[in-house]
Amino acid sequence: MLRFLRPASRFVSAAAARPVARSAFQLFPRVPAIIQSQGYATEGGVKDYTVRDALNEALAEELELNPKVFVLGEEVAQYNGAYKVTKGLLDRFGDKRVIDSPITESGFCGLTVGAALAGLHPVCEFMTFNFAMQAIDQIVNSAAKTHYMSGGIQPCNITFRGPNGFAAGVAAQHSQDYSAWYGSIPGLKVVTPWSAEDAKGLLKAAIRDPNPVCVLENELLYGQVFPMSEAAQKDDFVIPFGKAKIERAGKDLTIVTLSRCVGQSLVAAENIKKKYGVEVEVINLRSIKPLDVESIVKSVKKTHRLLCVESGFPAFGVGAEILALGMEYAFDYLDAPAQRITGAEVPTPYAQKLEDMSFPNESLIENYIAKMLRL
Amino acid sequence: MFSRTLRTSHVAAPLRNNAFSRTTLVKRTVTTDAATAHAEAVPAEDTKPFQVTLSDESFETYELDPPPYTLNTTKKELKQIYHDMVSVRRMEMAADRLYKEKKIRGFCHLSTGQEAVAVGIEHSLTKEDDVITAYRCHGFALMRGGTVKSIVGELLGRREGIAYGKGGSMHMFAKGFYGGNGIVGAQVPVGAGLAFAHKYKGNNNVTVALYGDGASNQGQVFEAFNMAKLWNLPVLFGCENNKYGMGTAANRSSALTDYYKRGQYMPGLKVNGMDVLAVKAAVQHGKEYTTAGNGPLVLEYVTYRYGGHSMSDPGTTYRTREEIQRMRSTQDPIAGLKQKLLEWNVTTEEELKRIDKDARAAVDAEVAEAEAMPPPDATPQNLYEDIYVRGSELPFMRGRTLEENYYY
Repeated sequence: MLRFLRPASRFVSAAAARPVARSAFQLFPRVPAIIQSQGYATEGGVKDYTVRDALNEALAEELELNPKVFVLGEEVAQYNGAYKVTKGLLDRFGDKRVIDSPITESGFCGLTVGAALAGLHPVCEFMTFNFAMQAIDQIVNSAAKTHYMSGGIQPCNITFRGPNGFAAGVAAQHSQDYSAWYGSIPGLKVVTPWSAEDAKGLLKAAIRDPNPVCVLENELLYGQVFPMSEAAQKDDFVIPFGKAKIERAGKDLTIVTLSRCVGQSLVAAENIKKKYGVEVEVINLRSIKPLDVESIVKSVKKTHRLLCVESGFPAFGVGAEILALGMEYAFDYLDAPAQRITGAEVPTPYAQKLEDMSFPNESLIENYIAKMLRL
Repeated sequence: MFSRTLRTSHVAAPLRNNAFSRTTLVKRTVTTDAATAHAEAVPAEDTKPFQVTLSDESFETYELDPPPYTLNTTKKELKQIYHDMVSVRRMEMAADRLYKEKKIRGFCHLSTGQEAVAVGIEHSLTKEDDVITAYRCHGFALMRGGTVKSIVGELLGRREGIAYGKGGSMHMFAKGFYGGNGIVGAQVPVGAGLAFAHKYKGNNNVTVALYGDGASNQGQVFEAFNMAKLWNLPVLFGCENNKYGMGTAANRSSALTDYYKRGQYMPGLKVNGMDVLAVKAAVQHGKEYTTAGNGPLVLEYVTYRYGGHSMSDPGTTYRTREEIQRMRSTQDPIAGLKQKLLEWNVTTEEELKRIDKDARAAVDAEVAEAEAMPPPDATPQNLYEDIYVRGSELPFMRGRTLEENYYY
């Protein structure tokens, strides 16, 4: 009982007491895949959104709904965001809520963490997560650990967001995928949106979550267009953490994947179906901390084969974790060793042909599926 | 308000001695006019030294005696300086074109308008001195000994590029040039480390560590300042103040925009960064000062970039077209030097035209060569070479799949 008297716990129960938001969580994944993939159809109110617009809408809605939310980062206000994700927010919400910071990652990250400790709900934007390496001490030591170190007294409701992983032609210092880094930290939650709905629902959930959350976006997805269901267009749409989404149902092989690799895996799965008639199940993890082990195991029970596709460095990475979990929880259901496709173990080269060899692509995934299924 | 008063009248006071107080009494503002120097009695011979007098608006100092307002030079050197600035601009314009033709990928940050900084610094250093800078690095790479072919080749991702196609626009290295660094501000402590090595080895050399006005607020810049001063390292910190850190004007990012005063306990020197001769005089003086064991300095080069922050930034949303046009037409470093060279009879109109033409033709030829160079073959060997020092590699690197593992 004493536990419930602690401030942080009160905070959590307050968050849980939002019935509208919670029911929206559960409604969405039940919408059959066929409806979601209607594309340009206007029936059912489905609209096309870029990931950029979805993120922008999520930020605007949360700024609107909660005066404690503010956005701070480099070029987020007057310049409308380095990647235009925060476009129009300054005009709409003013410079108290949308704040341009100096180029001082460690400093402004620490500052937003402080504001979160004091009860505000900052959205701390990094121009890319490559620059967040300057501030990773604040994310890990100041944000992620404080609630535990304080014995539950001091929560830190903060959202760190920005593009993660490789873009195109920006070489080694600007191309790293930090999923595994943040995914390893107890105290953090980490989400990796792929589609526009993912982006909106996960970012909104991140802002509402009473813990520090890293939203690892992808620059190459910002301009990509996805259908957005009517439910997802509403301002109460959130996606619960720890629930993977089966983007494509199948019975022959399970692909567990995240972020940009979801799209690549879907293309590969479609091609392999056309060529060989096999059905590959593609699971979009959506969040990697918490990780939806249950969905993976359920799928492997059905397909008996597991392949993880991700674009980080292979050693100690997301793929390594998924394979280890496959061993721990689904060993008996596997007909063959689980496999992974990852980024290559090399600092990202600039030259295009070499860069192409460093990251998974559709044909590599396709060939590997064929190999695993001996097609 | 209170803190400002405190800063100027009390905090600085203990540092002040007789030598310093003279300078603080004289209030100067630094001009960005590129054509303010004077020279008389220019000799006929190309290699005979003569004296150039700089405008008294070339420098502003902080706890430092101003450098001499005169500079010894030769006609030959002045013509070389002019040639170098023309080459850098021509190369940057080629990069601009290649980017727009989609032959250059990713980020590409041009230094058009800022040529006097790279060229002026180079002409005050020897090849044994070091330079390190951020990602606006093409001009520095050229000045430090990179060829146009290798630099443009790198931009194009060619095998014969200066970094073999591995680094791209932001990462270029040469002897005495330590990059080409992509993370804002990170090169500053590294620069202090280069200076540390000079001191450690007993070299009588200097390190020029450059960063932008945007980077000047990074915490590690101040950490580097502290160690450099504490250990009297021969480093010239240099803030290239082009007035905008990306799209943010200096006064919107920095509580104190007098970047040359940012060292607090370290003397500073603000320089007209549009006047290549002022830059040369300042760095030359800085080198003498710091290699004499007086410790580090903070220099601020007041300059201006004509283009956007990078090729993807039009550069016109946060400043007026008039402002850019005014800087281009009235403060241009190349036009400024050109005017002086003619005024002083260092050269003739015809000779200048020939220098222009030769420099441009040389750059264009090398750019064409670079375009004709092949990109690296898509072989695992090309991909995995040089992750570690040759001979000390790991047994293998993992590929995207097990089958793609590369064994050395």
